[in-house]
Amino acid sequence: MAEPAKKVEEKKIIDEGLEMGTEKLTQDRIENVINRVLKGESGARLKAYVDTCIHCGLCSEACHYYLSQDNDPRWSPVGKVKQTLWEMIKKKGKVSPDFIKRAAEIASTECNLCKRCAMYCPFGIDIAYMMLVVRRINHLLGVTPLYIQDTAHSHAATFNQMWVKDDEWIDTLQWQEEEAQGEIPTLRIPLEKEGADIMYSVIGPEPKFQAQLIYQAAVIMDVAGVNWTMPATPGWDNSDMAMFTGDNEIMGRLKRAHFETAARLRVKKIVMGECGHAFRSVYDVGNRWLGWRMPPIPVVHAIEFYYNLLKEGRIKIAKKFEEAVTLNDPCNVSRGGGLHDKARYVVNAICESLVEMHPNREYNYCCCAGGGVINCGPPYKMKRVEGNRIKAEQLFAAKARGAKVLIAPCHNCHSGLEDINHHYGLGMEIKFIGDILYEAMEKPA
Amino acid sequence: MIHFKRLNDLLSRKYWAPVSAVKEHKGEAMNTLYNFVSGPLAWVAFIIFFVGCLYRLIRILVLVHKKEKYIYTYMSWKYSFRSILHWVIPFATVNWRKHPVLTIVTFAFHICLIITPIFLLSHIILWDESWSVSWWSLPDSLVQAMTLIVIGSCIFFLIRRLISPEVQYVTFASDYIILAIVAAPFVTGFMSYYQWFGYQVFTILHILSGEIMLIAIPFTRLSHMLFSPLTRAYMGSEFGGVRHARDW
Ligand code: HEM
Ligand code: HEM
Ligand code: SF4
Ligand code: SF4
Repeated sequence: MAEPAKKVEEKKIIDEGLEMGTEKLTQDRIENVINRVLKGESGARLKAYVDTCIHCGLCSEACHYYLSQDNDPRWSPVGKVKQTLWEMIKKKGKVSPDFIKRAAEIASTECNLCKRCAMYCPFGIDIAYMMLVVRRINHLLGVTPLYIQDTAHSHAATFNQMWVKDDEWIDTLQWQEEEAQGEIPTLRIPLEKEGADIMYSVIGPEPKFQAQLIYQAAVIMDVAGVNWTMPATPGWDNSDMAMFTGDNEIMGRLKRAHFETAARLRVKKIVMGECGHAFRSVYDVGNRWLGWRMPPIPVVHAIEFYYNLLKEGRIKIAKKFEEAVTLNDPCNVSRGGGLHDKARYVVNAICESLVEMHPNREYNYCCCAGGGVINCGPPYKMKRVEGNRIKAEQLFAAKARGAKVLIAPCHNCHSGLEDINHHYGLGMEIKFIGDILYEAMEKPA
Repeated sequence: MIHFKRLNDLLSRKYWAPVSAVKEHKGEAMNTLYNFVSGPLAWVAFIIFFVGCLYRLIRILVLVHKKEKYIYTYMSWKYSFRSILHWVIPFATVNWRKHPVLTIVTFAFHICLIITPIFLLSHIILWDESWSVSWWSLPDSLVQAMTLIVIGSCIFFLIRRLISPEVQYVTFASDYIILAIVAAPFVTGFMSYYQWFGYQVFTILHILSGEIMLIAIPFTRLSHMLFSPLTRAYMGSEFGGVRHARDW
């Protein structure tokens, strides 16, 4: 069919992972893998979604990419299916290596798997799921973006995302414990404490680049008097890039290690930091791959954890944060876990004033970093930032109504919004809930 | 009353009597053709429609059973209906509100599309003739209006496909064919009602096109009639039971 001419020439992005993977492809291998996935691995859902879609385009306006690219249909949810899966199905897997490369680019860097479009399609067709099927095909063909594949390799080799060595992990925790003892001398970060109530788990980048978040969490745990522990073994990392590269096998191993670590420590619950994709991995995708309808050990996201602490009065607020804040609902915990109202309770408890951005709650636009897109690295940075002009507009509107600080209770949102902040000259300060909670709470003098 | 006149016409087969001796020969051929399309062919069409629908539904459920059994564990009646209910009420969802014209058109279209043939007197008469069952019918003037709504909606869908870039981008020849298949029984039905010209030809064409549409439902994207409640129910259950979020 006729494709609109505009916007087709964009700066060519060279991704070594895709280039090298594509070179190794053969026609046979492509055909085998596609058919193995379409006929073997997938089932009724894929079939129903493909057969039911009436090609009405009503999902288009759900997608921040589409809205940010001046309604260019190439970026609409169904447009992405057209450029990938439909063609593979129509040609019965006989597509070219270049087609596979382009499909990888679309599925991995032009869709955040945010599922906003599932709320817009009258049939509830899950295009994020279809993009994951495409990523699965790309994984089996070895055509995946370089940077995210590196993190998936790290997961496979070390069971964490950032090549953190076992001793570095323990060192980091002890370092943060010492730091925090400067503030609260009796504070401990209990390692390997069997029978604790809670195992606290974080994502790989925290010990690597953001150790102060562990410090803050330790202070919150300590002040609230929580009986908690952290594991000293692999299994401490709840993050999961394998889920986003289509490497379901590694994803399963990671999640099993995570849950088994919690089981070994005989904790009642896992509490996790402010991360969206990790929540998706333990609560939605990874657990199901392992055959658990819901996580085998309850997983509590930081938002819900803070909510409980504040509600039960285990943490008191000394001085509310004064500047007006706005709250970015992360897709994976809001549309993925319904934590938006609890997030508001927490933010209202710790901040003087909350200025809502619109749309919000489960209708919020994705940050354009999620779904592994930011993890595809520098080559795609501009595509990602330009692909979310609508977010900048949404934030400018909140800023115009007084918001000065942007709260993003998710690591991906945080980094993605930081890039948007700089590129569009938004001039907002971005914080985690924990940053503010740590500042605002009553601490022993 | 026009109803009774037409009823009598039909029942006495005056309806089909050749108008003049000159046309007798041609009329007989038409009669045979009419009898064929409204008899055996109608049987075939209805059987393919019902069996086809059943087959598609069973096939998909078997596939769920074989490969994605876990889907059952997520299904919830409450959340399924919560979702379906929102989507079958005009303007009850964010996206319906975003597209007010389309929403009005698509609801009018689907309602008329399903109601018209079922409560059309001429159709009921045919059921009565062959099965001795009959039910309440809509006045002809209303049916005509509803037929025009369907035809108008199809024109709207066609224009939308031609001019909206996001629809055009995902349009294939098959989308036009599907639209034509749906429009055809209404266009020809309307033509034959008015008996403008080639009345018998149009009635025969009408019946043929109606049969084609029935057969097409289970085997084309028109099967969204069968699958949309299922996909909606699944997404509703996921959003309600797992994601604790609205899906409308
Ligand atoms: C087995 C298939 C069918 C048969 C035998 C059949 C037969 C007829 C007959 C005899 C008429 C009367 C024409 C007249 O009044 O002169 C008619 C009218 C009509 N039929 Fe059908 N039909 C069939 C299928 C369908 C289907 C599937 C549809 C639509 C979904 C449909 C829609 C209509 C409409 C809209 C009219 C007339 C509307 C008007 O009065 O303006 N028919 N049909
Ligand atoms: C009873 C269950 C049905 C439901 C819930 C349903 C729902 C929908 C929805 C949500 C759309 C998309 C909105 C739009 O483009 O208007 C649509 C489009 C459409 N449906 Fe249905 N439908 C049903 C049955 C049918 C049947 C029985 C037919 C015809 C035999 C049909 C023919 C069409 C056509 C032609 C379109 C428009 C396609 C286009 O845009 O070109 N639908 N339907
Ligand atoms: S980015 Fe979100 S809205 Fe866009 S296609 Fe992907 S899942 Fe749908
Ligand atoms: S809204 Fe749903 S049915 Fe319409 S094109 Fe998008 S995915 Fe297909």
